[in-house]
Amino acid sequence: MKTFAYVRPGSVEEAAAAFADHPGARYLGGGTNLVDLMKLGVERPETLIDVTRLPLDTVEELPDGALRVGAMVRNSDLAAHPVVRDRWPALSQALLAGASGQLRNAATTGGNLLQRTRCPYFQDLGKPCNKRQMGSGCGAREGVHRDHAVLGHSPHCIATHPSDMAVALSALDARVELHGADGPRSVPAADFHRLPGDHPERDTEIRPGELITGVVLPAATGGLPSRYRKARDRASYAFALASVAAVLRVSDGVVAQAGIAFGALAHRPWRARRAEAALLGAAPTAAAFEHAVDLELADAQPLRDNAYKVPLARRLALDVLAGLVPSATL
Amino acid sequence: MTGTETALGAPAERREGREKVTGTARYAAEYDRPGRTHAWPVPATVARGRVTGVDTAAALAQPGVLAVLTHENAPRLAEPDDATLAVLQDAKVPHRGWFVALVVAETPEAARAGATAVRVSYDVEPHDSVLRRDHPASYAAEQANGGHPGSTEHGDPDTAFASAEVRVDVEYDVPPLHNHPMEPHSSTARWDGDRLIVETSSQGTSTARDVLAGMFAMPAERITVVAEHVGGGFGSKGTPRPDVVLAAMAARHTGRPVTLTLPRRLLPSVVGHRAPTLHRLRLGAGADGRLTALVHDVTTHTSRVKEFVEQAAVPARVMYAAPHSRTVHRVAPLDVPSPSWMRAPGEAPGMYALESAMDELAGELGMDPVELRVRNEPETEPDSGKPFSSRHLVECLREGARRFGWSRRDPRPRSGRTGPLLVGTGVAAATYPVMVSPSTAAARALPDGTFLVQVNATDIGTGARTVVAQIAADALGVEPGRVRIEVGSSDLPYASLAGGSSGTASWGWPVHDACVSLAERLAGRSGPLPEQGIEARADTAGRADADSPYARHAFGAHFAEVTVDTVSGEVRVRRLLGVYAAGRILNARTARSQFIGGMTMGLGMALTEDSTVDAPFGDFAESDLASYHVPAHADVPSVEAHWIEEDDPHLNPMGSKGIGEIGIVGTAAAIGNAVHHATGIRFRRLPLTPDRVLTGLLAHESPAPV
Repeated sequence: MKTFAYVRPGSVEEAAAAFADHPGARYLGGGTNLVDLMKLGVERPETLIDVTRLPLDTVEELPDGALRVGAMVRNSDLAAHPVVRDRWPALSQALLAGASGQLRNAATTGGNLLQRTRCPYFQDLGKPCNKRQMGSGCGAREGVHRDHAVLGHSPHCIATHPSDMAVALSALDARVELHGADGPRSVPAADFHRLPGDHPERDTEIRPGELITGVVLPAATGGLPSRYRKARDRASYAFALASVAAVLRVSDGVVAQAGIAFGALAHRPWRARRAEAALLGAAPTAAAFEHAVDLELADAQPLRDNAYKVPLARRLALDVLAGLVPSATL
Repeated sequence: MTGTETALGAPAERREGREKVTGTARYAAEYDRPGRTHAWPVPATVARGRVTGVDTAAALAQPGVLAVLTHENAPRLAEPDDATLAVLQDAKVPHRGWFVALVVAETPEAARAGATAVRVSYDVEPHDSVLRRDHPASYAAEQANGGHPGSTEHGDPDTAFASAEVRVDVEYDVPPLHNHPMEPHSSTARWDGDRLIVETSSQGTSTARDVLAGMFAMPAERITVVAEHVGGGFGSKGTPRPDVVLAAMAARHTGRPVTLTLPRRLLPSVVGHRAPTLHRLRLGAGADGRLTALVHDVTTHTSRVKEFVEQAAVPARVMYAAPHSRTVHRVAPLDVPSPSWMRAPGEAPGMYALESAMDELAGELGMDPVELRVRNEPETEPDSGKPFSSRHLVECLREGARRFGWSRRDPRPRSGRTGPLLVGTGVAAATYPVMVSPSTAAARALPDGTFLVQVNATDIGTGARTVVAQIAADALGVEPGRVRIEVGSSDLPYASLAGGSSGTASWGWPVHDACVSLAERLAGRSGPLPEQGIEARADTAGRADADSPYARHAFGAHFAEVTVDTVSGEVRVRRLLGVYAAGRILNARTARSQFIGGMTMGLGMALTEDSTVDAPFGDFAESDLASYHVPAHADVPSVEAHWIEEDDPHLNPMGSKGIGEIGIVGTAAAIGNAVHHATGIRFRRLPLTPDRVLTGLLAHESPAPV
């Protein structure tokens, strides 16, 4: 039996030290994904560093109007937080669109960001997967890939990132706060996850031993209209076929600020920078939205069985964007 | 008064409900015998070939690992009737996921780690796992599952179809589907000298005992098989699966009790699945809507292990009057896991296709789909010419239409719209045959005024104990509370399995008879009973399996209201309503639960449950409950089940038909027909997931240039 050590640090510093002391360690949050992967033999940590008791379980309003969410805040608590619901509704909607009630009660903010793809080939040790074992091949490319990526995939990997929450964080310009051997740093949520490229084994920009301590929602997107919409096979407890999060500020009849991100289209939440740029300064009309979204999706490279994702994402995005402006404008 | 008049049919609560909700009900993996060990299987990772070597050294070196069984060292077994049970008997790999080794260890975790460490090498052969209509390996099956003839023909269907005033010629695809009961297949086995005792998750332990007796070449009397509680089966536990054979083998090999619980992800490859079915329906009708020709062609797959032919064209032999008809089953043996029974085998996929085609015909005729079905009501069973023992399909349709508000429906497709949602309603008929098997029961009157009824029924979550008690109490003329029931052990009087919607009829019949004769003996005597009480037994052999001059089937009607989101292609069901005519309903509460459960499973078949043969690898891609989407609560907002009481004297003493399966039968077609009504688009491939529906909506919005 694969045994592992279990460590429960009391502080972020202790956690970092424990990681340094235990080669092959993994941080354990709610365990809703890591423990599954351990059972499947995909993850084989030598040590689990249980970070759920760290004092990172609060949501704090910062003086500048930002909101700091501790990495150990549970998904259900974050979704229900009145400030989140009021000022960053897309985040609350995204959280509630994810998983099931039981899972949201267990899953943490940090863990949600670090969950692995649900690509069936990644989870099946009997099939090839470059993310699990580089060089073994990608089973999905010629296999079953209806749920897989249409943007930014590489010859090595066509997996998608499964998180709903991360899509909202990306669109909302959140930052991910990290603590590692070199001390704290933060990276934009939109840049936290990676494209697979030649290193599909790396999901994120996190450095070895770094711990997610929190997520900061900036004042700049607080209080703006924002929405999340997800299409899925069943009404609850299903990963997205495509999803979109968007935040929009319209000023003097033109788009003054836009954040748009797609889920389930790529190896990371797909921040639609090109669409955003096209919208800035434009009147928020249906035609402008269509132009912007089509510009973003023009590079899509669907596989044999997932071409539907492009029009699906397009329609979801147009619906979400239209919902962010007064109907009279359209 | 005692209330005995109402014992049969009353909404009695499940007798084991408290045990289940308090966690004290024991399932097969929970018999923690002293010295118990745990087993974990090793699935083949190739789709076709031979095992050339099994390196067990690393597995055996794992702490806690006791043994690794392979085809080289496993006990030799007699050849079973069901070849899927011949596990670890030879080197052949007939499909990916076939078990090639079994690790036995002190704990489940150690067994799992051991299984991961087993190294298997193969001679790999090219495989072919994908079914097509024109698959060159397909042939017309002699027999379809259930002993039905593979093909039937009446009149001259080709000529009749060609000359019909109105024709529908359409194809439907139903993917593989999986039973996925909540409790995975589990068995705990131990040998006590030359006795074998097995607790297993099974739909029938008498059957399991007989199969084990044959394979282990020992008298059935030396085997006890217990299934006290079973967390669902949906057909996949109807007959034994490899877990029980492997557990018994491993227990013999190690001399220790062994529990084997199949991991969820391995279930799709080894416990059976509903085979994919590719349908072609040709319906010819006069302008009056009367069918003149009905042709149902089914192509399905089976494995290289055994022939299993999903009898999907069989319901077309029962449903409608058509002077010219043909039904054909073609099957292609492929390098795929073996298909088997899944709730309403044949009827569920077959009626999806037939009832969808009937809806298409109604559209072609401009006729109300309820009326079309009424118009084609046969006087006798179309295929056999036998009179029906009872048939109230028309009443189900009428009653369902009334309750559903069908008359308010605007028949025009795409006529209902609420913002981005298209709203539609649909109807479909359902049927399921009456099946009953010989069984035995004992009823004992005890001096304290209570009764003990014994029958090896299996309660797979349906409430078998409860309804058997009601049947007994009714026959005895006493309150159900005075009747104790023992079920779920092969040491009890032999009884048939919980399958084919036959359980209650099969078990209830001898229970009824034993109780009636016991009551007669009690009535004829006076004075206190002897300490051991007095007993009566009954055996329905020769009666339950006697040929009936009647065609016996349950019927039903399904109505569905759906919304189709034009943005996303997401289909959601708003309402499902079923009305059934299934003889006498013996327990209103558990029957409703069965109907609703079947309808929910039909909803899954229509909208969410999809399984894909992974062509390069030869197994199913969706192997867990995160990827194989059974409906969640949010998918099932409103499900209503109603029934019409039938008084049918040609069934059994209780007058009941089976109810466990008919709920699934017409549901998928009703939902599909509602989606057509909502969108004006006919989707002919299940399930109706957003990718397919959106693709259809897009084509409808901007048709491709001709």
